[in-house]
Amino acid sequence: MKPALILHPSSLILHPLFTMSAIVELPDNVVVSRLDKLVSWCRKNSLWPMPFATACCGIELMATGASRHDIARFGAEVFRFSPRQCDLMIVAGRVVMKMLPVLQRIWQQMLEPKWCISMGACASTGGVFDTYSVVQGIDRFMPVDIYVPGCPPRPEQLIQSLVDLQEKIQREGTARGKEFLAPSRLRPKRALQEKGFGDWGLGENDG
Amino acid sequence: MMDESRVIGSLRAEFPDLTTDEFREQTRIVVPLEKLYAVLEFLKEQAALDYLIDVTCVDYLHYPTEKPDRFGLVYLLANSETNVRLTVRCYVGGPEPTVPSAVSLWEAANWLEREVWDLFGIRFTDHPDLRRIVLPEPFSAHPLRKDYPLQGRGERHNFPVVTRKEE
Repeated sequence: MKPALILHPSSLILHPLFTMSAIVELPDNVVVSRLDKLVSWCRKNSLWPMPFATACCGIELMATGASRHDIARFGAEVFRFSPRQCDLMIVAGRVVMKMLPVLQRIWQQMLEPKWCISMGACASTGGVFDTYSVVQGIDRFMPVDIYVPGCPPRPEQLIQSLVDLQEKIQREGTARGKEFLAPSRLRPKRALQEKGFGDWGLGENDG
Repeated sequence: MMDESRVIGSLRAEFPDLTTDEFREQTRIVVPLEKLYAVLEFLKEQAALDYLIDVTCVDYLHYPTEKPDRFGLVYLLANSETNVRLTVRCYVGGPEPTVPSAVSLWEAANWLEREVWDLFGIRFTDHPDLRRIVLPEPFSAHPLRKDYPLQGRGERHNFPVVTRKEE
């Protein structure tokens, strides 16, 4: 694995190359990094998933946790059924309108920092269930970090989404979680909002 | 041992003007709404059909043609010892269709009738606890009616949006 700790001049310990005052001699076994990088490195390698499994995607989620695919290789094997102990919500399966308040409640009970993977076509868009009771994509009503296509996705796809999420956390993570309040994350997913029947919004880009 | 034809025969002796209806060698009894409870009571008490398998409903809104009694209510009955099975049908309609409840005959009718009320909006009088059973309580429609749009009337979008900012 690529070492996440890098040399950075803005660290608390001043680097001898960049300042002539306060020279600190570092022994060879000390690596200097930014706190944000270090915290993100810790977080991304110990994601604890909350399995919100409502349909057949949940079976694939279980297969991902089982020995053949073994999500423990990526440090995310600790499935917890209490939202207080989790920081990664995996919504695996369709969410009906009766279940959505439950999903939102569980999401709100999870401690910060937290991330959400929308697994499969149903959680992401409603899938084939374009009916009165099925929510057409959970991202209309709660934040989603990674979407996994598939019906259901294979375990490899879910693992790939986990790796992508780890990369995302490492790339933009901050110790205080400032990245969650970026405007792009707070913006509602307008592209997925329902148009009137017969009007598919062709020609307008809601982005 | 009683078989299906003997049950129907004894029923005809009691209610002479009942109509029947054949489909794939199965006889179904079609009962007018006024006699529904009396027929069910007879089948329970006299014909020993002690097991209510299902109460369900079909909405024949435009099928095959438009008709006033659009809902085909179905009672599936059986005897748990002789395996005699009988289907009772009753057509109801109107803006607020109302049917006498069968809970006083079979306890099993309780949840089954609640389901029919939930999805078809058929009210069962003298039901002890006629609440919705599948859909959430604030739901205002009966979605298995054929004139209810498949994608609903916006119920699936009627939720607050949880963002990270609010927490």
